[in-house]
Amino acid sequence: MTKPLLKVENLKKYFPIKKGVLGRVAGQVKAVDDISFYVNEGETLGIVGESGCGKSTTGRMLLRLLEPTEGTVEFDGKDITKLSAEEMRKTRRDIQMVFQDPYASLNPRHTIEKILGEPLLVHGIKSAKERNAKIREFLEVVGLSDFHAKRYPHQFSGGQRQRIGIARALMTNPKLIIADEPVSALDVSIQAQVLNLMQDLQTEFNLTYIFIAHDLGVVRHISDRVGVMYLGKIVEVSESEDLYANPLHPYTQALLSAVPVPDPDYIKQEVFLEGDIPNPADPPTGCTFHTRCPFKMDICTRAIPKLIEVEKGHSVACHLYPDGTDNDIKTDGGVIQ
Amino acid sequence: MSELSPKVDGIVEAEVDRSAGPWREAWKGFRKSKVAVVGMVIVFFFIVVALVGPFIAKEGINEQFMADRLLPPSSEYWLGTDDFGRDILSRIIHGARISLWVGFFSVIGSVVVGSVLGIIAGYYGRWVDTIISRIFDIMLAFPSILLAIAIVSVLGPSLRNALIAIAIINVPNFGRLIRSKVLSIKEDEYITAAKGVGMKDARILFSHILPNSMAPVIVQGTLAIATAILEAAALGFLGLGAAAPEPEWGKILADSKNYLQSAPWTMIFPGLAIMLTVLGFNLMGDGLRDAMDPRMKN
Repeated sequence: MTKPLLKVENLKKYFPIKKGVLGRVAGQVKAVDDISFYVNEGETLGIVGESGCGKSTTGRMLLRLLEPTEGTVEFDGKDITKLSAEEMRKTRRDIQMVFQDPYASLNPRHTIEKILGEPLLVHGIKSAKERNAKIREFLEVVGLSDFHAKRYPHQFSGGQRQRIGIARALMTNPKLIIADEPVSALDVSIQAQVLNLMQDLQTEFNLTYIFIAHDLGVVRHISDRVGVMYLGKIVEVSESEDLYANPLHPYTQALLSAVPVPDPDYIKQEVFLEGDIPNPADPPTGCTFHTRCPFKMDICTRAIPKLIEVEKGHSVACHLYPDGTDNDIKTDGGVIQ
Repeated sequence: MSELSPKVDGIVEAEVDRSAGPWREAWKGFRKSKVAVVGMVIVFFFIVVALVGPFIAKEGINEQFMADRLLPPSSEYWLGTDDFGRDILSRIIHGARISLWVGFFSVIGSVVVGSVLGIIAGYYGRWVDTIISRIFDIMLAFPSILLAIAIVSVLGPSLRNALIAIAIINVPNFGRLIRSKVLSIKEDEYITAAKGVGMKDARILFSHILPNSMAPVIVQGTLAIATAILEAAALGFLGLGAAAPEPEWGKILADSKNYLQSAPWTMIFPGLAIMLTVLGFNLMGDGLRDAMDPRMKN
C-alpha cells in the first residue's frame, strides 16, 4: 500500500467579518470547515464543488498562501502548519501550484526565461548555465520550444501560457502539485491537451496532484479519487469510477446529472437542486445541504452528518446512509478513510 | 503522446516580434501621438541647451555692460539686456541648466522616497500603512507652495534647499500613487504565484511589484518635473531659491519686474522659457500616459 504524501486533518479557515471603525468581529465566514483527507504518493485527488465552496481556499492553505485557522497539514511526515516562515519558504520547493488564470498568473513584464528561472534562483541554483539548461529542458517537456524563452507572456495563447505555468511548477522538481482549476479558463479543445500533458508529466516525474475543479467531466478524466465539497465541507469522497457510477450523496447526484451527455437518446435521471448556495457566514444548522436536498429528513436540520465509509473506499456524509448517521448532535467530521 | 509536440497550440510564429517587451510597446504607442512627440522635442531642446549652451554662450551671464542697460532685442543682444546690461539670452541658457537640474533631481528624490514609503505601506498594510498614509495626509493638507516656503525658511534660502523643499512636498503624491498601485498588484495571481514558488518578500517587492507599478510613476514624474520647475521659479521669485547673481528663471523674473512697462523683454523671454519647458513636459507626460495606460489600448 502506498503511503499518504499529504494528510490533512480537521483543516479550517474562518474569515472574520469586521464591522465598524474599530474592526469589531461581527461574525465569521466558514470558508473551509473542518475537512480531512489524504493523498497517496503518485495519485491524483480531484476536489470538486461549486464556486464559493472553499476548494480554492483549501488549495491555498496547503501551501500556506493562506494561514489555516485550525488543523494540521502533514506533508511528507512533517506538519507544515507549524513551520517557521523561512522553513515554509524552503518547503515550497516540494509543493508547487498551477493557477487558474494563465493570463494573470505570469508577470507581464518578465520574459518566459525569467519566469521559469526564478524558482531555481530562489531555491539556490545560482549558476546561470545550469538554469538555462533546465529552462530549455522544461520548455521542451511541456511542448514549447527553445526560442519561446525570450518572449513575453502576452505573446502566447492561453493554452501555451498554462503550459508555461505548469513548467514553472515543475522547475524545482516538486513532489506535489496543487492545480487550482488549471483548465477552466481554456477552450475545451485546449483543455484536453493540457490535461493529457499533466497526465504524461505525472507518469514521467512521479508527481502527486491535487486537482481542484468545478467541472466533474474534467475531474473524472484525470483523478484517481474524487472529493466533493459543499459549503466548506467534504460531503463525499471515493474512487473516481465508483463516484461516477454510484454517487451516494444527493448533492453529488445533482452535480452528476448536470453534466451534459453527448447522446440525444439518453434519458437522464435528473436530480434538480432548488435555491442557491446558502450564505457561508450563516450556514444552515445540521447538514448544511438540507435547505436544497430533495431527500430532506427531520434529522437533517438537527445533526451534522459524519463522513463515514459506507462502502470500501467510498465515504459519504449524509443521514440517508444509516452507517453515516450518528445521533449525537454536533459531531465533528471524521477522517476520510 | 502526440500532445507533447511543440506545435500544439498553433501560433503564427511570423506575427510575433521577438523583442516586443512592454516598454517597447509603450514607445510604439508614444510615437503615434504627434503632440507628445512635439513635447518631447521641446524637452530635448532644453536639455541640449542646458548641456551645451554654457559652452557656447560663455560671456555675459554675469558680465555687466552698464552702457547697454535695458536694450531691446537686437543683432548684438538677441533677446535684449537687463537692468545691469547683462545679455538675457545667455542668462536664460544658463537658467535652463538650473531649472532642469532642480526639476529632475527634486522629482527623482520624491520618486525614490515616495516609492519606498508607498511600497511598504501598500504591501505590508495594517498599522504600517496607517502611519505612512496619515503622514501623507497631513502633508497634503498644506498648500504645497506654503509647505515649501516653510521648509526653505527653516533650512535657509538657497537653490539646494529649494530643491530639497520641492522634493519633500512631492513625496506624498508619489507615495499615494505607488501605494494604490501596489494594493492592486499584490492581489494579482502572479504575486501569489511568486509566493508559492518560495520567493522572499524583497524579491517579490523589487522584482515583481515595483516594475509593474512604474508606468504611472513615469507619467506622474514627467508631469511633476513641470510642476517642480514652476515651484522652483516661484521660490526664486519670492527670493527663497537661487541667490542674487544666479540666472535662475524665477529669479530673473523677480529682478526685472520693475521694468515690465519700460523694458518688457526682460520679463517676457524668461517667462516664455518657463512656459515652454513646462508645456513640453506636460505634453510629453500626457503622451506617456496614453501610451502606458492599458485602458487606452485598442
